[in-house]
Amino acid sequence: MQHKIELVCPAGSLPALKTAIDNGADCVYMGFRDNTNARNFAGLNFGLDNAKEGVRYAHAKGKKVLLALNTFPQADTWQRWTTAIDNAAELGMDAVILADPGLMRYAAKTHPELRLHLSVQGSATNYEAINFYHEMFGIRRAVVPRVLALPQVEQLMDGTRVEIELFGFGGLCVMVEGRCALSSYATGDSPNTRGVCSPPKAVRWEDTPKGLESRLNGILIDRYAAGENAGYPTLCKGRFDVQGETYYAIEEPTSLNTLELLPELLRMGIAAIKIEGRQRSPAYVEQVTKVWRQAIDNCCRDAGAFAVKPAWMAELGKVSEGQQQTLGAYYRPWK
Amino acid sequence: MKLALGPILYYWDRDTTLGFYEEMGDAPVDIVYLGETVCSRRHLLRLQDYLDIAQRLAAAGKEVVISTQTLIESENDLKTLRKIADNGNFRVEANDMGAVRRLANKIPFVAGSTLNVFNPQTLDLLAGLGVSRWVMPVEMSREALMSILRERQAQPETEVFSYGRLPLAFSARCFTARHHNLQKDDCQFKCLDYADGLALKTREGQPFLTLNGIQTQSALVYNLIAELDTLQDAGVDVVRVSPQAHHTGEILRLFRECMEQRIAPAQALSRIEGLMPAASCNGYWHGKPGLDFIREDTLGLTTKGKSK
Repeated sequence: MQHKIELVCPAGSLPALKTAIDNGADCVYMGFRDNTNARNFAGLNFGLDNAKEGVRYAHAKGKKVLLALNTFPQADTWQRWTTAIDNAAELGMDAVILADPGLMRYAAKTHPELRLHLSVQGSATNYEAINFYHEMFGIRRAVVPRVLALPQVEQLMDGTRVEIELFGFGGLCVMVEGRCALSSYATGDSPNTRGVCSPPKAVRWEDTPKGLESRLNGILIDRYAAGENAGYPTLCKGRFDVQGETYYAIEEPTSLNTLELLPELLRMGIAAIKIEGRQRSPAYVEQVTKVWRQAIDNCCRDAGAFAVKPAWMAELGKVSEGQQQTLGAYYRPWK
Repeated sequence: MKLALGPILYYWDRDTTLGFYEEMGDAPVDIVYLGETVCSRRHLLRLQDYLDIAQRLAAAGKEVVISTQTLIESENDLKTLRKIADNGNFRVEANDMGAVRRLANKIPFVAGSTLNVFNPQTLDLLAGLGVSRWVMPVEMSREALMSILRERQAQPETEVFSYGRLPLAFSARCFTARHHNLQKDDCQFKCLDYADGLALKTREGQPFLTLNGIQTQSALVYNLIAELDTLQDAGVDVVRVSPQAHHTGEILRLFRECMEQRIAPAQALSRIEGLMPAASCNGYWHGKPGLDFIREDTLGLTTKGKSK
């Protein structure tokens, strides 16, 4: 029996959740409608009723639901996070995805039957760190930051019994997740503190004689000439000036796409592939889930004969940031 | 409050680094953090060199702490980590949970700011594993710190990054090598050319960030010298100054004079401004965007303005 890779898809809303399940997701992940998760955007995420319906829908079709509680509880509002853990247990979530050790201890003590996953926001890039969370709290799976080359992932897997989940597709964090405060430096809000990066409320677009400008809390992130594709001003994906040269000094607006690595990921025994994008539309979820379902099934049938179909790349290209795709850090020269 | 010197975040040539620590032996600083925390390719000083420097600084009466690398990716990184954890002589600052695992329940250690202690529950948990001092995340406000200190059970010392360009982000990618169109594995050690990092500005010339290899820093210099009384009132035990290419000794002296109330905060601020590689910011401490600068003037009124 060939090892199976779980396909973990984003559910920013109930329609997106159903779309993901209907199109072949093995798992969906969601967040509650507050700053307990790292996609704390207006109009996104789940209240208790929707979460309940989501779990019912997924379980009826034999699929799993994971709950992201992957921001760091603040002292004043600690109870918001523990209540979320209690609700997750009550709702029958298949796992919670956590980053904060204090919260992991609460979950492990209060709900020992609740499965714990280490969030990418936990910044665990080596097996010593992953084993720490395993020994302390019994985590069963770790989502690894998008910074390791593939051989480094393999080395990491040699040192731990914890399942490994990798990002396969979607928005690309260039920085180690959980260790990036660029957004709060510019706007006051960051993934760690408020569950947002480059928050919409800080964005301003302005048509000027020099071109269309995107600003974040007044800071010029990019300026577009006529005919240039303008993208959301995520602050690490702007064009800046370094020693008189203007370029994407940190990263281009691009999406991660690891489709061609599938046979390798399968051979390595990766437990799950995660699709980024809870903030994206159900149409995005549908397209991406469909392609990845086909690709994973093809690869599991015969990894040796696996080839990325141009049609898949074309589909994924349509929903990629800036219509560009990269293997990111999995491919070492990217670094 | 005690005064600490953070690890050098930049890559300086060997003689410069050795000379710097020679000078620090006489500087008015209580604690010195040593070691390469940013990039494993920086090798002009090896761990043994740092341990030698540590011996000399300890003989000069300093408390020495060896800091671990923040982003640990490879088996080699882990080897170095284990050597540091088992050095048997000096306290260690853990900057990754992998380091915590090596140190937990063995010897007292320092929890670095990248461990993301944002609540009293996590602080108490780490204290139970042997954390005797913790460094607040750079993006945390005074108010949030006070909430933690009010509610915590354990009593490790609290340290705050109080001066220097803020270490804001870490990546697998080297942005200095990228600027030179080089791959990280063949970076030609370009960081050696930028003793205070490489300036990144917006397209309208606003200093925004500083590229330092795989680390991204603020362009502005986080500076709490005029806020030391609020640090003291909040319950901070240790004030950290981050090294810069020039004037670090003078900056430490100003902090010391200010801590001992031999100089007024406003005067200290105006004197330190002449020693800084860029303008001040202090927004994080006030719960604002990090790059804001809030100046308490002599009348006790607050004027707010963004440093350019």
